[in-house]
Amino acid sequence: MNVVLFIIAALILVGALATVCVRNLVYCALSLAATFAALGMLYLALGAEFIGWVQILVYVGAVAVLIVFVILLTAPDRMRSVGPLFSRSRILGVGVSLGVFGTIAYAVHKSGSLKGSLSMPAETDMQSIGEELLSSYLVPLEATGVLLTVALIGAVLFAREEPVEGSEESQESKD
Amino acid sequence: MWLVIIQLKIGIILTFFSLLFAVASLAERKILARIQNRRGPNRVGPCGLFQPIADGIKMLIKEDVVPRKADRALHFLAPIVMVAPMVLLFGILPYGGGLTLVDLEVGLLFFFAVSSVSELAVFMAGWSSANKYSVFGAMRAIAQMVSYEVPLVLVAITPVMVAGSLSLVHMVEDQAGYAIGVIPNWFVLTPWGIVGFLLLFVTSLAEANRTPFDLPEGESELVAGHLTEYSGFKYALFFMGEYFGIFAGSGLAVALFLGGGGAPLPLLQWIPPYLWFFVKLVVLVGIVIWVRASLPRMRIDQLMDLCWKGLVPLAFVNLIAAAIWHYSGGGWQGWILAGGLLVGAYLMLNRVVLRSRCSWERKYYLAKS
Amino acid sequence: MSTLQVLLTVSALLFCLGLTAALTRRSVIMILIGIELMLNAANLNFIVFWRAHGDSDPSGGFMFALFGIAVAAAEAAVGLALILLVYRHYRSTRSEDLNKLKG
Repeated sequence: MNVVLFIIAALILVGALATVCVRNLVYCALSLAATFAALGMLYLALGAEFIGWVQILVYVGAVAVLIVFVILLTAPDRMRSVGPLFSRSRILGVGVSLGVFGTIAYAVHKSGSLKGSLSMPAETDMQSIGEELLSSYLVPLEATGVLLTVALIGAVLFAREEPVEGSEESQESKD
Repeated sequence: MWLVIIQLKIGIILTFFSLLFAVASLAERKILARIQNRRGPNRVGPCGLFQPIADGIKMLIKEDVVPRKADRALHFLAPIVMVAPMVLLFGILPYGGGLTLVDLEVGLLFFFAVSSVSELAVFMAGWSSANKYSVFGAMRAIAQMVSYEVPLVLVAITPVMVAGSLSLVHMVEDQAGYAIGVIPNWFVLTPWGIVGFLLLFVTSLAEANRTPFDLPEGESELVAGHLTEYSGFKYALFFMGEYFGIFAGSGLAVALFLGGGGAPLPLLQWIPPYLWFFVKLVVLVGIVIWVRASLPRMRIDQLMDLCWKGLVPLAFVNLIAAAIWHYSGGGWQGWILAGGLLVGAYLMLNRVVLRSRCSWERKYYLAKS
Repeated sequence: MSTLQVLLTVSALLFCLGLTAALTRRSVIMILIGIELMLNAANLNFIVFWRAHGDSDPSGGFMFALFGIAVAAAEAAVGLALILLVYRHYRSTRSEDLNKLKG
């Protein structure tokens, strides 16, 4: 059981490291997709079947594909990011991240309440998830629906070219 | 013991679909030829029956060309990423009669999650080929697949709502039995079911990049889209992935709307359910080939208009119609209410949105400047 | 270390890798990718704690992760649309090129 978890965790970390370190943007996006898929596997291994497949559907199937699409649309010729390997901002950034990691790792290591092993939570089948979503989590669900609608409209508005003055499209909006 | 049984089941399923792949590729060429008043392949074996074998050998011994500027790793990985998820999809289809491999509680979610991975494969193929046509083809394909996934998922939700489960096996069980002793209880024989089945069929055609939605590989403009730089066995793998996608989509349609392995008449129940499942699947694949011979290719803006202005709103209305049907308890009230809603929505969409004067004119949002 | 601690450390590492990407990379797309990694690290924490302490509230962490995924998807869509808009305006997706208040 634990061996599986460790292998998947290693996959996640390798994928994330590749995402951060590789210079080619396309490789970054693809290793990001691999990281997402490995995270989905970890959720499955932890017993969260629904979340695992949702993770793969949303992240690998939608977010990674969107990122890849935007890479294709924006920088087809200049995929490589140029610049010195060790600039001041870069060293500073890595330093900040290391500091954050040190703090969290120290806290996790020292905390006494985290010594327990993983226990199996109560059985969650699809039926109960659906009922919970529409009873105790109804307000967050509706709020998420509104958020997604707003995000959809906002994304369409942003990505649309601004109508040129006097063109057919601006006349359409006046009608 | 159970391990042997599972191996046997996997063997049967994979053999069936591989054979179907061979037969379908031949049948497609033969049927296309018949419709276009040609003869089709007729050199290898009697009536060209051994053509798939010849094709396979040809693909295997062909030179595997990789363009010099191509990204070799991604160029190699893309066909594998294309085929692997499609094969996984066969594992959860509810063949019935003991042949069902896995009954996942989240079967439908699994189906969409796994099939959406093939979009990345298309991107990898298009980008790694270092060819402008490939990149354009891949962009078209991704845009098309992402857009058509929305109505596909919306349509697939309606049987989930009525059956109350995401498991495909459970959905097939929900469609068992016969009304008045003869008419099967399939979802396709309800107003929302007819609309849902047609929508599912159209969107799966688009997901699999089949005619009339095969713009990503439109020969006259893009050579072969993301497949331009592929040859030999890698090309065969892409071809296989496309066909497996069609088979899996047809299998999903059979499971969701056509009653899975249920017999169409009570008299025919002695035939095992998996045979019925395969028969229905083969019929659907035949219709896919027929559609390819009959319809011309669409333009990219027509494709997007059809999806966002036609299929998505209709899928939403279908969702509401299914709810109305469910709570009116079926019967003639359900037919009038849900059917009236759907017909009204269709007529309105047809008049107001799809036929409006400006929607068929070309608009360039991204290509300008 | 217990499995719980190992998984939490993995999540912390994932978060810090995302932070590194957001802080050090120049492309706006890479910054967005870094933010996605951080959100995923948070989701991983929810699932791990749901698994470890799920007896008192059998679906709390699970639901939180579900809503987290939905919100992250909305964020990615809007963020990428913004990147497209920025690219159309400046013809560049490098963050140091985006230095004008009025463009």
